[in-house]
Formats: sequence, C-alpha cells, structure tokens
Amino acid sequence: MAGEHGPGAAHGRERGGAGAGGTRQAGLGEAGLRVRPVGRRALLLEVDSTERVTAWHAELLRRRAAGRLPADAEIVPAACTVLLDGLADAAALAAELTGWRVPPAGTGGGPLLEVRTVYDGADLAEVAALWGVAVEEAVRIHSSVEYRVAFCGFAPGFGYLTGLPERWSVPRRATPRTSVPAGSVAVAGPYTGVYPQASPGGWRLLGRTGLRLWDPGRQPAALLAPGTRVRFVPADPGAAGTGADAGADAGGPA
Amino acid sequence: MNGPAGGAGARDGAPGGAALGDGECGGGERRARVLEVVRPGPLTTVQDAGRRGVAHLGVPRAGALDQAAYRAANRLVGNRGDAAVLETTLGGVAVRGSVPLVAAVTGAPAAVAVDGRPVPWGTAVAVPAGAVLEVGAATHGVRSYVAFAGGLAVPPVLGSRSADLLAGLGPAPLAAGDRLPLGEAAGAAPRAEAVPLPAPPAELVLHLLPGPRADWFAPGTAALLGRARYRVAARSNRVALRTEGPPLERTRGGELPSEGMVLGAVQVPPDGLPVVFLADHPTTGGYPVVGVVPEEDLGAAAQAAPGTPLRFVPVGFGPAGPGAA
Repeated sequence: MAGEHGPGAAHGRERGGAGAGGTRQAGLGEAGLRVRPVGRRALLLEVDSTERVTAWHAELLRRRAAGRLPADAEIVPAACTVLLDGLADAAALAAELTGWRVPPAGTGGGPLLEVRTVYDGADLAEVAALWGVAVEEAVRIHSSVEYRVAFCGFAPGFGYLTGLPERWSVPRRATPRTSVPAGSVAVAGPYTGVYPQASPGGWRLLGRTGLRLWDPGRQPAALLAPGTRVRFVPADPGAAGTGADAGADAGGPA
Repeated sequence: MNGPAGGAGARDGAPGGAALGDGECGGGERRARVLEVVRPGPLTTVQDAGRRGVAHLGVPRAGALDQAAYRAANRLVGNRGDAAVLETTLGGVAVRGSVPLVAAVTGAPAAVAVDGRPVPWGTAVAVPAGAVLEVGAATHGVRSYVAFAGGLAVPPVLGSRSADLLAGLGPAPLAAGDRLPLGEAAGAAPRAEAVPLPAPPAELVLHLLPGPRADWFAPGTAALLGRARYRVAARSNRVALRTEGPPLERTRGGELPSEGMVLGAVQVPPDGLPVVFLADHPTTGGYPVVGVVPEEDLGAAAQAAPGTPLRFVPVGFGPAGPGAA
C-alpha cells in the first residue's frame, strides 16, 4: 500500500478549513455542518465531532434504505467527514442537506465483536512508557475500553477504532515498518486498529490476534465495519484463535 | 503490498502439461472452456465494471480504467455489459482457447493476429480452438481490452471479477501458463458495430470540477491549473495518473484527518504535483483534493502514455479561483 495513503494519514490534528469558498454554510440546520463539493456526483459533509459523523452516517444510511438516496450511493464515514458518492445531482442535495435536523446517534448500536489478543507487541513497552504506566497496566487500560469502528480505510477491512480516552493518544512511529504482520493490534493517535493483512505500517504494535478480520470470500467480508463495537480480550500466547494461526489467516502468500 | 491469493480459483484447471480441455469426468465430448495465457505482456489483468457499495469497508472500486472501451469490447462479442475481459498495458497479450472463441479487441489500437494471420481490431473475430490470439503492443494509447464471448469466469470477489492492484483482490495479474475459465456464450450474436479507432492523443485534456479542499490552495490556483502545462508521469498506474509540471501552492500545511476519496479526485501531496485517482485508488486519504475530474474524462486518462502533455480545464471554480464559490 502506498505509504502516503497509510493509516497515519488519519490522525492529523488539523481540522479542515473553515468557511472558505466552495462550501455551503449551515442554514437553519446543524451548526458546524459544512457541505463541501466533490465534483458533480458527490458531497463531503464535514461536522464537528466523531459523534456527529456517527449521527450523519446513520441518518444517510436510513435515508438510503428508505429510498430517499440512490440505492447504489456510497456512504463513506471518516474522521470528521462523511462522503456521499453516486448522487444524480450533488448540488441540489447540498442545498437541501443544510436544513436537515439529524438526531444524535443512539447508544449501543452495532454488534459487539470480541478480539482475543496476545499482548506481546514490539511496541508495547514503549507505549506503556509513553503512558507512564507499567506494561500490565497498559494492557489493562487498552483492554478495558469498549471501542467502536468509526470508519474503514487504508486497506480492505482496516477499521479505525475510537474509544480510547484522549490522554492515551500516542504518535505514530517516526519510521514506519516495511511489514506489519496480519492480525497486529496497534495504536496511533486516538485510534486503535488491527492490520487485516500483512502490510507496511507506522502504528505502534501492542499485540496480535488470530481472528481473521478480513475474508473476501466470507459474508460479511469485514468483521470491522463502521458501527461495530469491539472489545480486546487479553489471551495467553498459546490460546486457540490467537497468534499461532495468524500467518495462515493472511489470505494467501505474502 | 502482499499479493492477492494467487488467483487460486483461476488456475485450478488440469494438471500442468495436460492437454487443454481433457475432461476430468470421463465421457468428455464436452471440453472445459479455458483460456490459456501464452504471453502475459507487461501487465495484463482481468477487469469488469468494478466493485460497488464496498468503499466504506476500505475496498476500492477497481474495474476497467477505460470503461467505454471495456463496454464496447463486450458488446462486440455479444456479452452482458458487466462481463469480465482482459485489460493489457502497453505490451499486449497472447492467449489460446481450449474451444473456439469469439473475441474482440478495443481500447488502445494494436495489431491483432490469429496464429500469425492479421485480423481486425475493433471487430468480433473467430479464433479456432488451440489457435493463438495475439494482441500486439499498443500503437498508441496504453490499455487494450480483449473480450471473449461468454466472458472470463474467474470467481467473483465482493461482486466483481476485477483485479484490484491496490487492495490485492481478485485474480493476480496474468502469468504465462495461467488458465482462466471462460463462461458460456449467451448465444447472442456478436454485434457488428463501428468502434471508433482512437487517434493518437496529442494532448490529454481533463475537466476539473471543484473539490472539497480547494480552499487549501492559494487564490488563483484554478486559473493557474488552467494555464499550466503538465505531462503524464511515468509513475502512473491503475491507482493514479501522476503528473509532472508546476507544483501547486498550498496555503495550509500538514495533512487532513483521513476523508473519503472519489474516483477522479485530484489529490495534491506535499510535492504539489496533482495526482488523479483512477479505479484502484484508496477509499480514504489525507491529502487535500483540489478538484475532481468527471468520470467521462477518465477513459482518456487511462490511455495517456507517460510523457503525454496534460492540461486541466477548471469548470465552476468561479473567477477568483478555488477560493470563490
């Protein structure tokens, strides 16, 4: 995967530009909503928080299901935005969107996935040091949170999981690894992720799971789809479903 | 990039060296419909209309880069519009069928021959069982499309048979000796159709509509883009058409939080050189998108060889540049 599009691209703290042209200011609808043009057939909705991304994502899914958006429209949530692609007339919808009132996303929500994880990652000690805690405490912190897949990207089935409190954010590694094994559980910025396939990567590795997160021949192909809730459950190195079989799970020769 | 799963489904024919079409089940009057790769060319992939509805899982669209040429090739051999074909890159391909084939070549013009005898480009041609269909190097353009009546029947992955070279989905690029299953021809008569022979492109002209981060660039950037002369860079591939020319001046540094990317998005990395996203583009990215090339222009982009002069025609940015509504 091209490094320039790696998962690190997600944790830039800088927010998108405010108020310059080409965007439509919110009218009577949501304060802080910006509707940005993306050519003729798409719009980028930019909102103020992950919670609003979740809310808008849910609203757009509802409207698509109800036939009020094209059935084949692609709805792609991201860090602060939702992309809506495949529209017949993006400009017309842009004018309408700014008046929508979108309720907060409900709590609970998606299915819960337990990811049995052997916490023996190459960067675990370093992350614990950055957090100023012992390794055991770092494992406890990371495995005591309920996460949610905010969005996917970087590679098929790679989910950006939110839920780790802000104070545990860590920067990406200064030098990305040329190869991170499939099943690696890693953190960067506010996110946790699990590498679905072996790939280059700059996130800090906390551990590994044998769970096959991505299998294009399976329904569903991705276990980590937007909205899925996730818990990491510490497991022993020898435990079934962790580590040992991860190599065979990579979906083919690396 | 780890490779896809070795195109396993596409290579499960008879044991190596066995004659094509030897029936495994006995009593075989009926020959397996298989296409054998004699010469794969520099990069030949299986492509169709692409994967839809999976961008939210991080799965690119993939599919034929020159969709008009892809559709024309299928029409010529009487296929459904979404049948899978071969997409070549500059150097053509040679294949041999276990059964009589009806094939057509569109896209980049190239010499086409059956067992060494020239046959027309842009027309359905009959290829006897065991004969070699040879598609030569593109005389201009980049990508030729080779359709076969019945289509290539490699197993679909997430609704498409396309090879995705970014995500590693679908069949691997062709290798010599690969055996690709062929579908049953629908019985529709190949259609006579005049496929226009593309002229050598003197210049690639891409319209550019406003993108979500036009405001990350200096005022007047759209006008500058309209005046500037670029060339298609050699690093272009199925992921993106890359450019050489004057860098665009960003007025904001750093990266964006990742956001969704569309086909045709013109992303500007820190070197300032516009990158036009093609079918295998990543579904999210962190560099600002100054504009979007409409889909109808991307076929020409797919056929622009490295070195081709490139000009953008900004539309709808307003007189003051991207900063204007």
